[in-house]
Amino acid sequence: MGQLATALVTMILGVLACAAYFYGSNALLDLIFPGKNRPASEIARNLRISNRIRPWLFLGPAVLILTFYLFYPVVDSLRLSFFGRTGEEFVGLSNYTWLFGSEEFYESFRNNMLWLIFVPTAATFFGLVIATMTDRIWWGNIAKSLIFMPMAISFIGASVIWKFIYDYRSGGDPQIGLLNAIVVFFGGDPQPWITIPFWNNFFLMIILVWIQTGFAMVILSAALRGIPDETIEAAVLDGANGVQIFFKIMVPQIWGTIAVVWTTITILVLKVFDIVLAMTNGQWGTQVLANQMFDWMFRGGGDFGRGAVVAIVIMVLVIPIMVWNIKRANAEMEGR
Amino acid sequence: MVISKKGSALTAVVHLTVLFLVVMWTIPTAGLFISSIRDKDQLSTSGWWTALSTSEQRLVERAASPESQTQENGLWVIRGNVLGDSEGEVTRFGSSSLKPEDFAAGETAELRRGIRLQVMANGDYEISSETEMQGRRGQRIFYTAEVPPRFTLDNYREVLGAEGLGKSFINSLTVTIPATIIPILIAAFAAYALAWMKFPGRGLLIAAVVGLLVVPLQMSLIPLLKSYNVIGEFFGVGAKTYVGIWLAHTGFGLPLAIYLLRNYIAGLPGEIIESARVDGASDFDIFRKIILPLSFPALASFAIFQFLWVWNDLLIAMVFLGNNEDQLVMTGQLRELLGSRGGNWEILTASAFITIIIPLCVFFGLQRYLVRGLLAGSVK
Amino acid sequence: MADVKLTNVKKVYANQVEVMRDINLDIKQGEFIVFVGPSGCGKSTLLRMISGLEEISGGTLEIDGQVVNDIPPSLRGIAMVFQSYALYPHMTVYDNMAFSLQIAKVAKDDIDQQVRKAAEMLQLTPYLDRLPKALSGGQRQRVAIGRAIVRRPKVFLFDEPLSNLDAALRVATRMEIANLKESMPDSTMIYVTHDQVEAMTLADRIVLLSAGNIEQVGSPLALYERPENVFVAKFIGAPAMNIIPCTVQSTGDHTEVSLSSGQAVTLPIKTASSEQGKPAHFGVRPEHLDIAGDGDAAILEGEVSFIESLGEATLLYIAVPGMDDMVIAKQIGTIPTQRGDKVRLVANPERLHLFDENEQSYRTE
Repeated sequence: MGQLATALVTMILGVLACAAYFYGSNALLDLIFPGKNRPASEIARNLRISNRIRPWLFLGPAVLILTFYLFYPVVDSLRLSFFGRTGEEFVGLSNYTWLFGSEEFYESFRNNMLWLIFVPTAATFFGLVIATMTDRIWWGNIAKSLIFMPMAISFIGASVIWKFIYDYRSGGDPQIGLLNAIVVFFGGDPQPWITIPFWNNFFLMIILVWIQTGFAMVILSAALRGIPDETIEAAVLDGANGVQIFFKIMVPQIWGTIAVVWTTITILVLKVFDIVLAMTNGQWGTQVLANQMFDWMFRGGGDFGRGAVVAIVIMVLVIPIMVWNIKRANAEMEGR
Repeated sequence: MVISKKGSALTAVVHLTVLFLVVMWTIPTAGLFISSIRDKDQLSTSGWWTALSTSEQRLVERAASPESQTQENGLWVIRGNVLGDSEGEVTRFGSSSLKPEDFAAGETAELRRGIRLQVMANGDYEISSETEMQGRRGQRIFYTAEVPPRFTLDNYREVLGAEGLGKSFINSLTVTIPATIIPILIAAFAAYALAWMKFPGRGLLIAAVVGLLVVPLQMSLIPLLKSYNVIGEFFGVGAKTYVGIWLAHTGFGLPLAIYLLRNYIAGLPGEIIESARVDGASDFDIFRKIILPLSFPALASFAIFQFLWVWNDLLIAMVFLGNNEDQLVMTGQLRELLGSRGGNWEILTASAFITIIIPLCVFFGLQRYLVRGLLAGSVK
Repeated sequence: MADVKLTNVKKVYANQVEVMRDINLDIKQGEFIVFVGPSGCGKSTLLRMISGLEEISGGTLEIDGQVVNDIPPSLRGIAMVFQSYALYPHMTVYDNMAFSLQIAKVAKDDIDQQVRKAAEMLQLTPYLDRLPKALSGGQRQRVAIGRAIVRRPKVFLFDEPLSNLDAALRVATRMEIANLKESMPDSTMIYVTHDQVEAMTLADRIVLLSAGNIEQVGSPLALYERPENVFVAKFIGAPAMNIIPCTVQSTGDHTEVSLSSGQAVTLPIKTASSEQGKPAHFGVRPEHLDIAGDGDAAILEGEVSFIESLGEATLLYIAVPGMDDMVIAKQIGTIPTQRGDKVRLVANPERLHLFDENEQSYRTE
């Protein structure tokens, strides 16, 4: 309880300090450069000055925090990748040569590529299918809500849930993992799913697909509802059947949204870490870049240089999406 | 929709397919929940889908120790019940792990040194001997019983108390609430400036925010950890503090917050803001009295996002908070259990369910806002 | 209550596009001025420059004798009614009207008194506790006006305030605004619209703008009867004035021109001899063209190619040989003319217009 009280007080203090900054800095600006009850020329001058300063009062904390937490680290990671394990002695490209020479890197790179292909595709596909079908049935909203639910579950929680699906008992013991129970029911032999090389990757990916399908579904469902009914009615009058309408009329109209969903999930996949950590910790050929990086940060006291190199690889993979996003945002703003 | 008039066969297929998918998507969670309220012996010997049926279990129970033996009619006797308080019906029993099913209930088994063991169907056992029995430990009785389904909250009691989950629940709250509110405040001001104030470099800043949106936060960990070490040393508080993790979550949440809120605030009608300006309101007044109340839906949806994200986060908590009891959050605790108690399903399932219950409540209660926020961020 | 004076006012955007050019305008206290013009002509920009929402790139703007170029909107003594009403959706009608006074930290009692007075005037008293979304379009419009009144401004600015209302409500609200003006004879009002009927009915003086320039300033009737150029002539009046290319044949107190159809017409308009033989534009409004009697000398002859019967009037679209555009003639009531009929048209010479090759009127008064 003592901790709860301290937590509560710190919470309130933190939030108040934040609010006080905004209130105080604005009041101060108004005090130094008053915009009222002064001769017109002075008001005009004061306003010109304070209008130039005020945006930066509003933006100040955000810019500072973004710089410290995201911008500076990107630059520093780049620097660290040329330094040794403590980040002090310069080692040139040796971290890079180590990385490109290591088996583990190729394994995690290959696995990351598998994740990148499989997860966004499967999640977007299921999302689109479910969005299309649930729009036509009366209990569609309940169905959507249930399929959306895994979004709220932590990766680690999801891992426990799925461990329970993939659980394996040898030989004649009753299986308590659902998947093996089904296999046995149909006369097959139970399998230790998460240790089967290569295929175990897919069993891990299914967990993320399970989580992300709801996200794809919600967004695609809104996009589908945004399609003007007239275009579909026109297609019906033109004699198109359901499948043709779906692929030739509906899907082309929501391409933009499908691309957004796809890239959002792709970014998430690049950062995926918790699931692998909890399910296998990279054993049995399931290593991915993010987990490898985390590993190197702490393994044997941590090797900052090697961790940073892996981080740089992840960053490089993200850059195309970043460029595409900025272009899209710019185009949108010009449209306004 | 026009297409749905194609006939009932197609409609039925759609209904069935959706039903199938919904079942596929909910079964894992349902399994977890059902498992977490089952008796721990049943949980580890039979699948959760059998929870409602009577299960046949092979169990072992140690009889009371010879110290409790009494003399009756010239015999030394130990009495008791293998089933304890629980219900069930014993079908077979035995006295060694090699022959656990040698005798049917009601029969009498001859053990070593003239000791006899009898176990009845209701679980009552009687060990009798003509001489006084020796030893401190009780006889082991192997038996097979038909056990009816048993549901219990014991698992929850155990994880909340002994496993320290209650404590980490509070730790999680301590991390989550400020890490949700602080970024909202900071982002809302920044979003207003980016949407409605004129200053040089605005376009560049917006592009920067969009760019930072996709920076993998793994990038930040090493440099930040180093900086935290230096700063912590300077203040003499160590690198792992709550303030540190609040600010870290704030930093990682800000790009999305600014992006979402800017989109929303820029979409507010410009004439309202101009009207307020004509009415004499300063930018600060406009923000406080017009923008904040009107942006409530967007603020709420980001709050839900950030809440779920922080509550469910493992990585940042592992890096910026310690592993001690005062700082371990629920996801971290769950991961510890996964490592140390991986075989104890009753502990894992109950813990997992406790960690996901708050996000699930938030999710189902505020789903409307969450969906609205998702759409504001993605669909134009 | 004050004069508004614009001297060489300019607006240049950051990309060097000049959207307002050397605007000079003198608005007297108590006048009702309407800015009218086609969309994109800069009328709203000009209004927003007066309000202070848009920066002035050059020249001076004076309100009440004081240069206010750099003064913020709230200190200029103006109030503005927006096209979308711009009511604060989360505040009640009362709070909407009280907002500016609360910002100015006026005493609570004074606020209350002023808000109730304005509400009384606009019949809004029963709705004071409602949110804007619970009001009809006309009521919202009145709240927006009330919000302006409460500030007791020297100058009222209206930015197309009726364009979001349906036709019937628009007429009713237009009359309300006219009444409002009458009840506050000292207030200066500047009103922007693209609808010439609103401009004609409300204005003391109309300022007709096109592409960042003032085309003509004058009373509604002056603009109708003596347009200074072809643009004004075509903009005011519906259907628009017929403009027919012609050549000046003889000059003097009366001018004779020959139309592109070959007819010669003499107008009681004075021209200089230097105009002799130059191309010009002859103008006549559809409502001033009549079907000629047998003996009359027609100014135009042609075949009716299309007829629109509006009930109160009939529009004849006449193809005149030698002319690209059809001539429109508006006749009162219904007339027996059929499609394909040959018609001859006459007009009162006093009602005719003549513009030079630069489209400026030859009339000088």
